[in-house]
Amino acid sequence: MEDKFLMKGNEALAEAAIQAGCRHFFGYPITPQTELAAYMAKRMPQVDGTYLQAESEIAAANMVLGAAGSGVRAMTSSSSPGISLKTEAISYMAACDIPALIVNVQRGGPGLGGIQPSQADYWQATRATGHGDFQILVYAPATIQEMVDLVGVAFDKGDQYRIPAMILADGMLGQMMEPVKLPEAKANKIIDKPWACCGHHNKRPHNILNSLLLSPKELEDLIVQRYKRYDIIKENEQKWDEYLIDDADIVVVAYGASSRISHTAVDMAREKGIKAGLLRPITLWPFPVKAFETLKETAKAFISCEMSMGQMVDDVKLAVECKKPVSFVGRTGGKIPTPNEVLDKIIEVGGCC
Amino acid sequence: MEKVVFKKPHALTDVPFHYCAGCTHGIIHRLVAEVIDELGCEGHTVGVSPVGCAVMNYDYFNCDMIEAPHGRAPAVATGIKRAHPENVVFTYQGDGDLAAIGTAETVHAATRGENITVIFVNNTIYGMTGGQMAPTSLPGQVTQTTPYGRDVNKAGFPVRMCEMLSTLDGVALAQRTSVDTVKNVNDTKKAIRKAFQNQIDGKGFSIIEVLSTCPTNWGMNPIESLEWLRENMIPYYPLGVYKDEKKGARLENE
Amino acid sequence: MSKDFNILFAGFGGQGVLFSGKLAAYAGLYDDKHITWLPSYGPEMRGGTANCSVCISDTPIGSPCVVSPNAFVALNLPSFERFKDRVVPGGTMIVDSSMIPAKCDRTDINIVYVEASKLATENDLEGLSNIILLGKLFKETGFCTAESLDKALLKCIPPKRKHLLEPNRKALKIGCEA
Repeated sequence: MEDKFLMKGNEALAEAAIQAGCRHFFGYPITPQTELAAYMAKRMPQVDGTYLQAESEIAAANMVLGAAGSGVRAMTSSSSPGISLKTEAISYMAACDIPALIVNVQRGGPGLGGIQPSQADYWQATRATGHGDFQILVYAPATIQEMVDLVGVAFDKGDQYRIPAMILADGMLGQMMEPVKLPEAKANKIIDKPWACCGHHNKRPHNILNSLLLSPKELEDLIVQRYKRYDIIKENEQKWDEYLIDDADIVVVAYGASSRISHTAVDMAREKGIKAGLLRPITLWPFPVKAFETLKETAKAFISCEMSMGQMVDDVKLAVECKKPVSFVGRTGGKIPTPNEVLDKIIEVGGCC
Repeated sequence: MEKVVFKKPHALTDVPFHYCAGCTHGIIHRLVAEVIDELGCEGHTVGVSPVGCAVMNYDYFNCDMIEAPHGRAPAVATGIKRAHPENVVFTYQGDGDLAAIGTAETVHAATRGENITVIFVNNTIYGMTGGQMAPTSLPGQVTQTTPYGRDVNKAGFPVRMCEMLSTLDGVALAQRTSVDTVKNVNDTKKAIRKAFQNQIDGKGFSIIEVLSTCPTNWGMNPIESLEWLRENMIPYYPLGVYKDEKKGARLENE
Repeated sequence: MSKDFNILFAGFGGQGVLFSGKLAAYAGLYDDKHITWLPSYGPEMRGGTANCSVCISDTPIGSPCVVSPNAFVALNLPSFERFKDRVVPGGTMIVDSSMIPAKCDRTDINIVYVEASKLATENDLEGLSNIILLGKLFKETGFCTAESLDKALLKCIPPKRKHLLEPNRKALKIGCEA
């Protein structure tokens, strides 16, 4: 089993990015994502890459804008308060159709919050990673291996659709170790980017990456076009995982760290004879509504389990078209729910159906 | 036989400038474009546009152009330059962009010795938003947001960027020029050329601060504006070379 | 051994809590098990309490947070007090009795007192009390194979600290025999 070894989530994210061909990392220290930047500081010089500690999260994200705008795979990582600062550049990147990777190893908020694991940036990630009409791809890994795999996916899909992508992790996944197998390095298989600003070399008209459109018609037209692309993404890129849902009366919906707790709780419920199952969104945007197509008819009730105050409940309600009750269980502020807390909710909801 | 004696630089597009009558942005754009032509680097140059009056200069320069969020041009330029060290990367920024909202990005790109060229247009006012106080507005200067004149006890003092940046080890060249006279226009071009050449030679961060006018928001005609610049700005912002590291600011990699 | 085995290591920062957890995790990995290793993190790492959850399982692991451990290794008094009642009935608790003057009166778990810190000092193994305790844990629970535990040592001791390999092996042995 020598091809598998233990890695911390934060380090696995970093190495996976390098394997995916990312050679430009711009960061700023913040707990609990520190190991990611530290790993990059060590590894990037070994692969002739750039590790740069910026003067702020704002600057780091704008360096990503510049590097990714010039056509290379670039990324930044931070944790919740730092992501708020990066939203400026994320909005501009979305507006210029620049693909890049942003990693959020979430901690408790709002404000400075805490440094323990949290999922309280769900709304920020899926609704508003900056001002204006736009979305970004949001991937929510639940294991260290999945962190590794999704980094490659995020870069590839970002390039394919010209859209920024986020890995939404949390302090628990960032800090924990699990066995991982790294993918084969995909050297130079990155797609052509004819739109990139890296010099026209007197062979084409100059490229412009710009988000200022003073004519309302032009701006509206561009956004409507972009939303057509979002529709294609919604159609093709929903990802989710299912556990014991075929005969489930009660479906727990949970992503990332809280899905692992829910997984254990579902096992405990099954031992008690309760038909519980787990639906785990892997993409948070696009939200995997397709996963609910049959479930919303067959299941009796849904529970959104989160490390936040019910931020995902609305998405679950929309996905089940309010045909079945959707309730919430979770902790916030850096607290991780225990499997027993989730089990109690399953029993409570089960008693009602 | 007709002979061309004067023409638009190739590095400028055919898009007409939107600048107000008498604004000196046009001159400075032309000087940058002439330098790009003379150095033959248009094909591998990437410019970074600011937020401010020059926001749309991505339409005017013929090289690849990226628009930065307000103040972030040096960070965006850093990203481009780190990804493509062979490119010539310049930012073109106004006083609000470079010396207020983007101060951190300016100072840190400078102190890192980022091998880029910064063209800093200082006209002591926020032009695009209609004439508010800038970080470089002079004491007593009347603007929309200092209607009784800039009271330094309340609004603070102006920032002298070249002087400040010249204290940083990463800076190869910090020079202040003006475009109020033919001689100063010529000197500005020489300075801009040097700032680009420094980058090509790998010497590190070069900034040229160009004193500029804003007749519209100053409420003057173009000639009065140039006189006001000479009488008020140059005494506060003396022209000259504040730092010139002949060997460059960057340490050679062994 | 049951299909899930959850271990909690807890003590002061600097006592090697995270390292012994890492050894246990690698040993599980080399036994072809699913494993997770989860540290507490934050300011409490600086001289405060540190703890580390290790799950070893035949099936994919859900929650990596060990709330009710099958085995608990206590390296200091605050951790002992905090977690002693959380050990599952039938579980095991390994106590460094040279650090922890208290006793636990539970009768439904296997409690083993080892004067690990004292043994470390006596055997010229200063700072390896955590490994002595891990040796005892191995002896009492058989949570992994001996081969895998040795392989874990080889993996986790970095090449520039190779001189520490034999002392660590010795500490494991002392733990097993204590």
